[in-house]
Amino acid sequence: MGRYVIRRLLQMIPVFIGATLLIFLMVNVMGDPIAGLCGERQCDPATAAQLRREFGLDKPVWQQYAIYMGNVFTGDFGTAFNGQEVTELMGTAFPVTIRLTIVAIVFEIIIGITLGVLTGLRRGRPVDSGVLLLTLVVISVPTFVTGLIVQLLFGVKWDLISPSVSSAAPLDELIVPGLVLASVSLAYVTRLTRTSIAENTRADYVRTAVAKGLPRHRVITRHLLRNSLIPVVTFIGTDIGALMGGAIVTERIFNIHGVGFQLYQGILRQNTQTVVGFVTILVIIFLLANLLVDLLYAVLDPRIRYA
Amino acid sequence: MPEPVPPKDEGAIAPTGFGASMDLATSDGETVEPAGPGDRGPDERARSLWSDAWRDLRRNPIFIVSGLIILFLVFIAIWPQAIASGNPLSCDLAKAQEGSQPGHPFGFTSQGCDVYTRTVYGARASVTVGVCATLGVAIVGTALGGLAGFFGGFWDSILSRVTDIFFGIPVVLGGLVLLSVVTSSSVWPVVGFMVLLGWPQISRIARGSVITIKQNDFVQAARALGASNSRMMLRHVLPNAVAPVIVVATIALGTYIALEATLSYLGVGLKPPSVSWGIDISDASKFIRNAPHMLLWPAGALAITVLAFIMLGDAVRDALDPKLR
Repeated sequence: MGRYVIRRLLQMIPVFIGATLLIFLMVNVMGDPIAGLCGERQCDPATAAQLRREFGLDKPVWQQYAIYMGNVFTGDFGTAFNGQEVTELMGTAFPVTIRLTIVAIVFEIIIGITLGVLTGLRRGRPVDSGVLLLTLVVISVPTFVTGLIVQLLFGVKWDLISPSVSSAAPLDELIVPGLVLASVSLAYVTRLTRTSIAENTRADYVRTAVAKGLPRHRVITRHLLRNSLIPVVTFIGTDIGALMGGAIVTERIFNIHGVGFQLYQGILRQNTQTVVGFVTILVIIFLLANLLVDLLYAVLDPRIRYA
Repeated sequence: MPEPVPPKDEGAIAPTGFGASMDLATSDGETVEPAGPGDRGPDERARSLWSDAWRDLRRNPIFIVSGLIILFLVFIAIWPQAIASGNPLSCDLAKAQEGSQPGHPFGFTSQGCDVYTRTVYGARASVTVGVCATLGVAIVGTALGGLAGFFGGFWDSILSRVTDIFFGIPVVLGGLVLLSVVTSSSVWPVVGFMVLLGWPQISRIARGSVITIKQNDFVQAARALGASNSRMMLRHVLPNAVAPVIVVATIALGTYIALEATLSYLGVGLKPPSVSWGIDISDASKFIRNAPHMLLWPAGALAITVLAFIMLGDAVRDALDPKLR
């Protein structure tokens, strides 16, 4: 197990470097970051040159990348162009987005798996077709449309929630945005659980469990569910990264000041350090979540052993 | 030390039935496949899988409904004048945000343009982006994934790492970064971006599928008979490996249309004067309190379009995947 984890961590290094380098290059393609600093006016050439030296922008791109990564590993994510430390921005933004993501994942697990089990055990019945149709509709409506409509109905028409979240973003204000963020993945979790359950109900080990006289709920929870959850766990694990990245849209609709908000601002203002810093952390989270998923396999499926 | 082979593609579209080795983790019950019409000789099976699927599809009401919606969408994308006589770009500010009127059933936008005309013309951008991006992704992804799966070895591991890298970057984020510099209002930068970030999804599926097919006896037989690599690939492996790619690509088409609208909503996708549902929804979202009709019509059209493509993909998957019958 220990050796497996070390091997996986080593495998992450090239992926991490590749992904951050790709983003670094993309951001560099974005245009001249100095131009954004002077606002609408043209920059004074001498000032521009000085700023360029100050931020290390006069060096070639690969050198900038190397210097940047060197700094990141000492915990220095650089300074945003407005003089604020990027780590400081992260300190306020990440807790908000992590809360939002946790709300979304809790919804995915509770609602998604419950609906999936219910429909998977009742394949072809009206409940099954109804939920299936509902998931199709949820998948088809893009998140930003769902969010806007939910905001219109709950926030404006019925006045149940405040249409925009306060800057502290306490957990109770994040429930509806979390549900919106989770909506599409929730539908996928439902469908995936349903398929997996329906497939496994015909498996030999379930027939054996039934044949030896186990009560139905025990067959379902101990035998059927445990095996059927493996693909679902994979999906939810890889979804963590997607949720945090996809929070850009949800955070924009509900005016949540999290990672997505900072990234959006950073991109609009061509703030290289902010964008690359936040994306670096997101990539790390994504990779660690994937590792966690693979380790969870061994817990769920005793046939898989990591040497 | 078994490496788990998780179906890392998206949940609803896991191509489980195309070959037992796609889901090693749950491969216990695989041997009890019902002996259907798909279990004859390998070459015959390839043909009967498709004719079988087609027979199935024609009887599937979901396929018929979604197919009709898509035909209608393609029709108005090519010839919007047929059902909307106005010009989507001719606007009258005096009528801004007004509701339904005779001759203007959906009301007016915040610029005073006719919502009905703009909704009809918006189909063109969505269908163009969806179809072009899907074709690009399918061709690039199948070629790279197929070659990597067929030859294996060094380039295969390189490709797997590269797909890992692309999977690590959130799509919307990549779109914001890359497309925020584009000033062109045409659809091609958006299509190019989608191909750039979308091909790893297809290449992973094509690779898995090719590896499964490659191990079949008929491919080994062809090799033993002295077939060249290109003949084996094009005549034996590709026709048998392409089914999961088609399924995933059909569903992806719907998600690309949604992605285009999302990027346009964020202000980096299509830009005015292009007519796109995403642009109209974005404009309307600022006036959601006073004039929700401006939001609901383009949003409804978008949702129906995406729904139609996803339902089509679902129907095709059910038809091509005998295991779920």
